Amino acid sequence: MNHLYFSLRMLRRDIRAGELRVLLMALVVAVASVTSVGFFTDRIQQALRLQANELLAADLVVTADHPIPEGYLAQARRAKLQSVMLFQFRTMVFAGNHNSLAEIKVAGNGYPLRGKVKITDAPLMLDREVQAVPAPGTLWVEEDLLRRLELNVGATLEVGARRFVIAHIITYEPDRSGGFFSIAPRILMHSDDLPGTGLIQEGSRVHYQLLVAGTPEQVRRFQDVIGTKLQRGERIIDVTDSRQEVKEALNRSNQFLGLAALVSVMLAGVAVAMASRRHVSRHLDNCAIMRCVGARQADITRVYTYEMLWLGLIAVLTGCVVGYLAHAVLIELLAVLFVTKLPAATLWPVVYGLFTGMVSLLGFAVPPLLHLQNVPTLRVLRRELGMLRAPTLSVYGIAIVCMVLLLLVQARDLRLGLFVLGGLVATIALLVGMALLMVRLLRNFTNGAGAAWRFGVANVARRARGSVIQVLAFGVGIMALMLLTLVRSELLVGWQQRLPPDTPNRFIINMQKDQLAGMQQFFSRQNLAVPQTYPMVRGRLTAINDQAVSADNYEDARTKRLVEREFNLSWAEDLQADNKLVAGKWWHKSARYDAQFSIEEDIAGHMGVKVGDTLTYDIAGETLRAHVTSVRKVQWDSFKANFFVLVPPGILDAYPASYITSFYLPDVNLPMLAQLVRQFPNFTVVDISAIMDKIRMIVQRVTDAVEYVFLFTLAAGVMVLYAAIQASHDERVKESAIIRTLGAGRRQLISGLVAEFFLIGMLAGVIAALAASLISFVVADRVLQIPFTFNPWIWLWGLLGGGVGVGLAGFLGTRGILNRPPLQTLRKAEM
Amino acid sequence: MTDSFVLSIEKLCKQVPSTDADDATPLTILQDISCNIRRSDTVAIIGPSGSGKSTLLGLMAGLDNASSGKIWIEGVDLFALSEDERARLRGAKLGFVFQSFQLLPNLTALENVMLPLEIGGRKDAQEVAASVLARVGLQKRLRHYPRQLSGGEQQRVAIARAFAPSPSLLLADEPTGNLDQHTGENVIELLFELHREQGATLILVTHDDNLAQRCQRRLELINGMLQSTG
Ligand SMILES: Nc1ncnc2c1ncn2[C@@H]1O[C@H](COP(=O)(O)OP(=O)(O)OP(=O)(O)O)[C@@H](O)[C@H]1O
Ligand SMILES: [Mg+2]
Repeated sequence: MNHLYFSLRMLRRDIRAGELRVLLMALVVAVASVTSVGFFTDRIQQALRLQANELLAADLVVTADHPIPEGYLAQARRAKLQSVMLFQFRTMVFAGNHNSLAEIKVAGNGYPLRGKVKITDAPLMLDREVQAVPAPGTLWVEEDLLRRLELNVGATLEVGARRFVIAHIITYEPDRSGGFFSIAPRILMHSDDLPGTGLIQEGSRVHYQLLVAGTPEQVRRFQDVIGTKLQRGERIIDVTDSRQEVKEALNRSNQFLGLAALVSVMLAGVAVAMASRRHVSRHLDNCAIMRCVGARQADITRVYTYEMLWLGLIAVLTGCVVGYLAHAVLIELLAVLFVTKLPAATLWPVVYGLFTGMVSLLGFAVPPLLHLQNVPTLRVLRRELGMLRAPTLSVYGIAIVCMVLLLLVQARDLRLGLFVLGGLVATIALLVGMALLMVRLLRNFTNGAGAAWRFGVANVARRARGSVIQVLAFGVGIMALMLLTLVRSELLVGWQQRLPPDTPNRFIINMQKDQLAGMQQFFSRQNLAVPQTYPMVRGRLTAINDQAVSADNYEDARTKRLVEREFNLSWAEDLQADNKLVAGKWWHKSARYDAQFSIEEDIAGHMGVKVGDTLTYDIAGETLRAHVTSVRKVQWDSFKANFFVLVPPGILDAYPASYITSFYLPDVNLPMLAQLVRQFPNFTVVDISAIMDKIRMIVQRVTDAVEYVFLFTLAAGVMVLYAAIQASHDERVKESAIIRTLGAGRRQLISGLVAEFFLIGMLAGVIAALAASLISFVVADRVLQIPFTFNPWIWLWGLLGGGVGVGLAGFLGTRGILNRPPLQTLRKAEM
Repeated sequence: MTDSFVLSIEKLCKQVPSTDADDATPLTILQDISCNIRRSDTVAIIGPSGSGKSTLLGLMAGLDNASSGKIWIEGVDLFALSEDERARLRGAKLGFVFQSFQLLPNLTALENVMLPLEIGGRKDAQEVAASVLARVGLQKRLRHYPRQLSGGEQQRVAIARAFAPSPSLLLADEPTGNLDQHTGENVIELLFELHREQGATLILVTHDDNLAQRCQRRLELINGMLQSTG
């Protein structure tokens, strides 16, 4: 026989007869949800990446402490990348009798490759975006510099051997990375003017950068090539390490979206499993008959497997189309929020959809299918032979392995994936145990109540195994609903509150100890909250456990940089609220402290430093040697001043310190800044509101995205509920027909059915509440790192909502049969 | 010597394990059955309920394994074949009609009849099936589903399905058991007509004496043993 052709015809017949519709629909929903999530997240992630690129002003930056080798630029050109060279250095600038230290950035045409520069023509005027550099012979300078030199736009400034006209005030540079603690006002210059200044000579400290931008593919290839050629002092910065804060926001959003997609995938798997199991159990007779008329075992397996493959193909294609349409609607809904254009979707979501669809289909449909080939031919004579056994863990082994695979792929983070997986296995084991226990216990509750209730309860208890499966399926569906409605908003609000509106948006650095009192008075006079100040002492790490450290000891580029650079050490009496101790002990309050260090977790990990190690710092020529007594986790996106290394008060008193503070400045109080700087000319005020806005916008967009993504999870949950009702439908139909012939009235039957569904729904609701609480606890505690608030309402909702909802759905689903004469039902069931 | 018979049975026994846990002795359903059936014969298997008629018929079709003994179909040792080889043999040489019709509910009448032909890889499945259905008088019901047909019509579809591949041996287990007398007679008429036209050997299980009398041979089973061959 021609299996392919035969199976296709069988599929057509089965679909026409309504047999496979549920399976097909479940699969389409699965693939559609996965691909719409895929298309959407694919594009969102690309957009987020592009935004993150803005903070680099490029897709990739090569930095060096010596001129960038010619070969790199040539390589960038060969790779058809846009590229531009940057030079950054500090120098004194002059205007009449005044002079000031300035940080100069020299850029060629094309800068910035990503993002925009913002300029204005007078202090405190509204700024505008430009994608340009100053014309040769002119400069754009920070307002701070004008104030220090008492200049206006249009004035002349001497830089090195040349004179320039100040053309504009610069208010925002996209790539002012690490600029938090820049110590001098900044100047932007055209690269054609650089040679004339004579500033770059042998030995002068210049920071060289090559900025490149292009398609992700081009950039990756460039990165691969250059990565192997890097010399000492050269390093590649890509989007992911551009900024600590942005990185955290991006990671978190990736995880959140991944998690949302994860729930859809798993729900879809459950729905497919239930629907395909039903399909197989309905085909037992067909197989026996087919064998009776001459089909071999292999024919049966092949034909049914091919049928599934055809079905999968149709479902995946339909699912992808639906997914693409659905995602287009999402984009349409969100279009206003997206200032930047969304890049076109890649083909990966389709590949992933195909993979997911086929894996869920084959993983969950094939195990019961394999059972079909063993259907004894004798079943045509003795129907009780070869019934489908209750599913066992081993039967779904493939499916479980596949789901694990999908989970890991979707999580895109092994740790998160394994973490979710472990939690899942534990949760399922717990839920199965609970469901079994509850179903067993039910047997004791059959006395006293009415006949219908007794019949319903007895039904649930009698079919213990089937009931457990149903309770679990309904439970999973209800849990999805709970996560989407009750829990979701709590979590999202909690997450957004991590960046409250009064998060600091300005830093002041360079404050001297004797100015602190004056600064505090200034703030209270302005009716602003007096910000907390932190001391800062610069030091260089020279030894760990008395072994001299050098960048060469470390492989990782970031660690090399951390070791080479000067640290800001600070002191504190108490642990800051946004810090958490992860090892060791914080110092006890005392009048006199011993020298000791508290170090940040991340940097400790990179440098391989543990509690008990000794660190030696060189501070202004003197040596400070002490033990590490604690390791802290720092929540960097709190935007408060935070330090890698802390010591107790008193230890650094002998060293020259400057002070830093961060505070929130409402826009209406903007003029106050000018007064502050006039009163304290040596203060440097750093404006991070632009970066904050950007991060806030990213959070907002991700929140929206997650909400929409969850809609599909909801659809998958509904499919699970639907499949769960369908699963026992046939059995119930036949059973109620028989019961009716035995004399039960319509009303009796309905109340029995409703009682049964109600009971299953309540059990499922309890299970769902338990699972939802567990999951939201894990998400809050581990993923979002926000405090978990226990919601007692979901238990009540689970119990009542589950009971009433499932009872109603069960009633609606089976009502139809009750209107039919029982004989008709029986005759149909008989065939 | 077995070649001259379309079906030969030699010392056939069928036992099933006793369901009673304490009693280890197996339950004997068929005991020492031997007989030969000539090509194109009509044979009735009769006997009281529970005497093992259905079991014997199932064994003849290779739907089940015997405990001991042999069955040859056109000289082929049925139990020497693997399950799959038996399935192919059934497809090629055997037709089976059930008391409860056993039509696939999702397939139309035509598709039900096409099924064995398709499995056998026949290209002309549709034409053959349509003509056989026309032969049983259902040319107007080709596209109807089993549930839309009466019992007699369903059994006629089942008979058409059994005859469509032109088997040399047709087995029927109480083909009229679920039908009223008049319809039953029509169905029997049809069976005999097709038997005459196609020359297939017809073996049927029946409780109906009249029907049994119409057959050339009668095999009577009592308590799993063959009583008389006439
Ligand atoms: N697999 C089995 N397991 C246990 N007992 C069996 C099995 N198959 C058949 N039997 C028993 O063997 C006996 C013969 O069954 P069979 O169906 O062949 O009888 P029958 O002659 O067709 O009866 P009827 O006229 O009622 O259809 C019965 O008692 C039946 O219960
Ligand atoms: Mg029988």
